[in-house]
Amino acid sequence: MKPAPFDYMRPDTIEEACAILAEAGGGATVIAGGQTLMPLLALRMSQPFILVDLSRITALRGVTRIAEATRIGPMTTQNDAIADATLQSRLPLLVQALRHVGHHQTRNRGTIGGSIAFGEPAAESPAAAVALGATLELRSVRGVRTVPADEFYLGPYATVIEPDELLTAIDVPDWPADSVPLFREVALRPGDFALVGLIGSIVLESGKIARASLAWFGMGATPIKARRAEDALIGQSPDSLQPALIAELAIAETDPFDDHHATADYRRTVGQRIFTRTLSEALGIRQAA
Amino acid sequence: MTTEDFNRVSRRTILGASAAICAAPAATAAVPASAAKKPGAQGLLPVTLKVNGKHLHLDLDPRTTLLDALREHLRLTGTKKGCDHGQCGACTVIVEGRRINSCLTLAVMHDGESVTTIEGLGTPEKLHPMQKAFVVHDGYQCGYCTPGQICSAVAMLDEIAAGLPSHVTADLDKVRFSDAEVRERMSGNICRCAAYSNIVAAIRDVAEQDA
Repeated sequence: MKPAPFDYMRPDTIEEACAILAEAGGGATVIAGGQTLMPLLALRMSQPFILVDLSRITALRGVTRIAEATRIGPMTTQNDAIADATLQSRLPLLVQALRHVGHHQTRNRGTIGGSIAFGEPAAESPAAAVALGATLELRSVRGVRTVPADEFYLGPYATVIEPDELLTAIDVPDWPADSVPLFREVALRPGDFALVGLIGSIVLESGKIARASLAWFGMGATPIKARRAEDALIGQSPDSLQPALIAELAIAETDPFDDHHATADYRRTVGQRIFTRTLSEALGIRQAA
Repeated sequence: MTTEDFNRVSRRTILGASAAICAAPAATAAVPASAAKKPGAQGLLPVTLKVNGKHLHLDLDPRTTLLDALREHLRLTGTKKGCDHGQCGACTVIVEGRRINSCLTLAVMHDGESVTTIEGLGTPEKLHPMQKAFVVHDGYQCGYCTPGQICSAVAMLDEIAAGLPSHVTADLDKVRFSDAEVRERMSGNICRCAAYSNIVAAIRDVAEQDA
């Protein structure tokens, strides 16, 4: 057996799951799709005393409409989300991002909530949640609280979730149907984590940018909102703005690191270029070669 | 057991025989979820899987992956262990109609579910159309990744038929078979011998037969 021994629990309800987590006092780990956790268990990088399987909690699955937002059950698999008609029409940017997550086999098991809660800084789903302004609902026996996605991440694989809390809903606010989507990812191979990734949405009103939300992934310890670039875009008309200058602002907010795939400098250089190109293409701005 | 008998028994036979395997009657197949939640006397959990149409009952350490349950406990060694961490796709099986990496999931998480392995798709006497096409088009060299490739390809054609878009689908409303779609959709199955072009040809052949 590669994993360290654990007890296996399979609650049927959210209440039961929260009770197990509360009783375990930090010794339990929840397993959603397991596509990240299984290798970590095998490497004994994760050694829970109790493994709590969420797969039979039907209340954690599916996509529903709530007031001016779409509620995504965290146990919804990536492929079920991609095939969901509501998400395809309401949140096409999310669907686009999810198509880059892993491979088909892993998307058939991997869940949106699992990815968001795990907090891999180079993963698509956390950055999508941040860029789209999602709100995350956390439950425990102590009660319910909601946290905006851009306040959820503390560092690589570190979030504000307390050991007794469970992610129970991902609420993504509606964006205007004509929002301009931005998405680009540079990875070694399709399905790999991003070396550099950018996701965002821009809303134009009367020819001017009224709203902009942009987030990097793979460019630091968490998904990173490009706030200064967003501010610089507001009020501008696509004809007059200079994408390369906005890209400089956006890059200044990143804090990428060196690893065996790429250096921080490489990530900044590529990030600057994909930002300029993605923004230009999205807004139909012709770039001088 | 005579010496001769012993010599005929492989290590795997002993491993398999020591595990509690029996075909459970259909009526008792559904183990209540509550029963599976608490470890038994030796820390083993009862798990029922419907594998290739047969209800099978196992008592498993909860750490047992679906892949190890199939190979080591049920002796269905057609499903291969390549990387054992979700990178290679050699262990791809079809669970409840969806292809998944059996190394990245615990058997106990699939209690009561149906699993199709390469042994359930075809037999040497009666090959599945995808198996036949892999032979005709020489879609392998060493053959180690082939069961995973074939399980993946069979489920993949169903995904296209169901309209599930991929990374390369331009229009979400028009999910159609193409070589580009096959290459992207099969990207979770690595072939160390690089038989890729023949694998695509084999899958295209089956897709055209179905069309």
